[in-house]
Amino acid sequence: MSVLKRLTEPKSLDTMSPLGAVLVYGGLILWSLVVLFPLYWIAITSLKLPIHVSAGPVYLPFVDFLPDLHAWRYIFVDLGNDTLRPYLNSIVVALVSTMLAMLIGSMAAYALSRLEFAPRLASILLFILLGAVMIVAVAGFGVPWWIAAVVALALFLLLARAAGRTMRASLGNGDILFWIISQRILPPVVAALPIYVMFQTLGMLDTRTALIATYTTVNLPIVVWLMYDFFVTIPKDLEESASLDGASRFAIFFGIVLPLARPGLVATGLLVLILAWNEYLLALFLSSANAQTMPVLVAAQNATRGPQWWYMSVLILLMILPVIFLTLLLQRFIAKGMLLGAVKG
Amino acid sequence: MAVTSAAHVTAAPPERESLSDWLDRQAGRLFILPAVILILGFSIFPLIASAYLALSRFKLAPGGYTLTFIGWFNFKKMLTGSQQFHLLGTFGAITLLGWVIMLATVALVVWGVVRYVRSGRVTVVGSIGRLITIATALALSVLFAVNLGEGGQLGTIATTMFYVAGGVAVQFALGLGLALLCAKPIRGRSFFRVLFFVPLMVTPVGIAYTFRMLADTAVGPFAPLWHWLGYAQTSWSADAWTARFVVLIGDSWQWIPFIFIVLLAAIESQPRDEVEAAQLDGASGWQIFRDITWPSIAPVAATVVLIRAIEAFKIIDLPNVLTNGGPGIATESLTLHAFIEWRALNLGGSAAVAYILLFLSTIACVSFFNFVVKPMREARA
Repeated sequence: MSVLKRLTEPKSLDTMSPLGAVLVYGGLILWSLVVLFPLYWIAITSLKLPIHVSAGPVYLPFVDFLPDLHAWRYIFVDLGNDTLRPYLNSIVVALVSTMLAMLIGSMAAYALSRLEFAPRLASILLFILLGAVMIVAVAGFGVPWWIAAVVALALFLLLARAAGRTMRASLGNGDILFWIISQRILPPVVAALPIYVMFQTLGMLDTRTALIATYTTVNLPIVVWLMYDFFVTIPKDLEESASLDGASRFAIFFGIVLPLARPGLVATGLLVLILAWNEYLLALFLSSANAQTMPVLVAAQNATRGPQWWYMSVLILLMILPVIFLTLLLQRFIAKGMLLGAVKG
Repeated sequence: MAVTSAAHVTAAPPERESLSDWLDRQAGRLFILPAVILILGFSIFPLIASAYLALSRFKLAPGGYTLTFIGWFNFKKMLTGSQQFHLLGTFGAITLLGWVIMLATVALVVWGVVRYVRSGRVTVVGSIGRLITIATALALSVLFAVNLGEGGQLGTIATTMFYVAGGVAVQFALGLGLALLCAKPIRGRSFFRVLFFVPLMVTPVGIAYTFRMLADTAVGPFAPLWHWLGYAQTSWSADAWTARFVVLIGDSWQWIPFIFIVLLAAIESQPRDEVEAAQLDGASGWQIFRDITWPSIAPVAATVVLIRAIEAFKIIDLPNVLTNGGPGIATESLTLHAFIEWRALNLGGSAAVAYILLFLSTIACVSFFNFVVKPMREARA
């Protein structure tokens, strides 16, 4: 056997040729460096004095420069509460909105996977029409918003039945599912302005509640999409026998279906949690001082004296560490969840 | 909403039902109602309100604000008026590159139309949908051609399309490559899998600052390299294209893991026995990929590109923090454009930009779903 052949051909089916192995491991290690180097750079920058940053790059702690905890001290001690408040805001907003989105989204996904819905097309058109009229009345003619809302709702209830009689076309489950998922295409910036005005009118701007409600809705489509796929794969026999035993739909859902869908819940929940934790645009619109979240705080470090890299690095680390820890813990679930969403679509 | 379910059969007659029976009978509606109300309140209502805002002029007035209905003026101003340079960019004389782009688009359109007519499944809805897609594609290609021409500059539409198309292409290529590497019989596969997944978890704002640090030619980690190459005095953020590419690199660093993890799972579930049989027959790695692996992962690949593209249209954090949209408007995405208009209290203009983004991303994503994702799934099924 020539040397060339021995280098390029595998010994057996499950192994690689020596040359192939070098290339594969080389590629993997190269990409590991690409992933790790930015993280390493943040970590060491958080230990640098300003002089170490501004005088040109130094690479190795203890060799090139002496690590110093001044940035950490500044963020934790000097700023103390100003760091703690956004951090708490982020935790509360991300956790609560994730739990709400998971609960509401799973319920909707379950209903869509088990029951037949047939909303009348006419009622939907009527609803949109009344909504448009209401907005024009409030914005264009200065009608108080709550009067407009009550009148619109009353008109809707009065006319819905009549409209349904004249136009019999109705939508199916697939249409509802598509409608919910398509909300993800909607760029947040389209909705951000009216949501801003809405919370301003309600006097709820810059509160955690406003952020929680908004994030819950923004992430609902993902939950419905992924959880629908999980529920479809769960066999119905158990539910049917429980139903014959007289269990209510609520008991079946919370007692039988949700525990069975646990892997899906974990994967979807983690994904949604991370999205809520990292969200920036809506937080920028809806919060200023009290409800400020971490991404906004990090972005705000670009002070007039130029970016304070060392403080920023500490803040970025504070944001990354909990999610990386969670990811390491639950990594397997996420891959599964994402695959399911992508495959079934 | 009419609900038919097994609950109907067991429900008590209406005149003597208790609260819990009633609740159980209404379970379907109660399950779905919270989601519908939330989406109506936070998506549909804002959508209608935004449409109204896009057609009005917003002015701060003593004790509040006034909204004046002005029709299409906001759109006209950006499409043909004083703000045209911002949204559509500056038009230049079309160069060779521009002709190539337009010809390629026309060729693609002709190919698609011929295939559609030959398929013998021509319908009214299908034709209207294709007309919209073709019109958008041609308009975008002309826009790119004039923006890239001599003396031309990219506006926010072209920049956003560059982020979407360029970003998705780079991320897909590298994500697929990494997934193929990780699917080889290697040691420590789960280690690499976890490690490669990490960037997805990092907040985009943090990524933006990190890449600003890394890309600094004077004090960043690669400063000696730039110095050696003679670029130490130049700043990447002063040149439009390098600034755009830095944004693209940051975006790719974050999103390659997403494509990687999904494609890896898809590759691992490809038919093992077919691969082994092909290996025994002496097929090359490329043949195995082309004939077995790719057909089996194509539907997933198309879907993951679609998901990525949907999110890519919304990019704002990276250009905002990395370059503040600059130099000039070179790295400004449509979302950032809308945000900047909002900050300048031009709410009508902001809503108009947002609506243009909505149309663009909806047409692009629905077209991609219908003409790429669906055929690939059907070919597999």
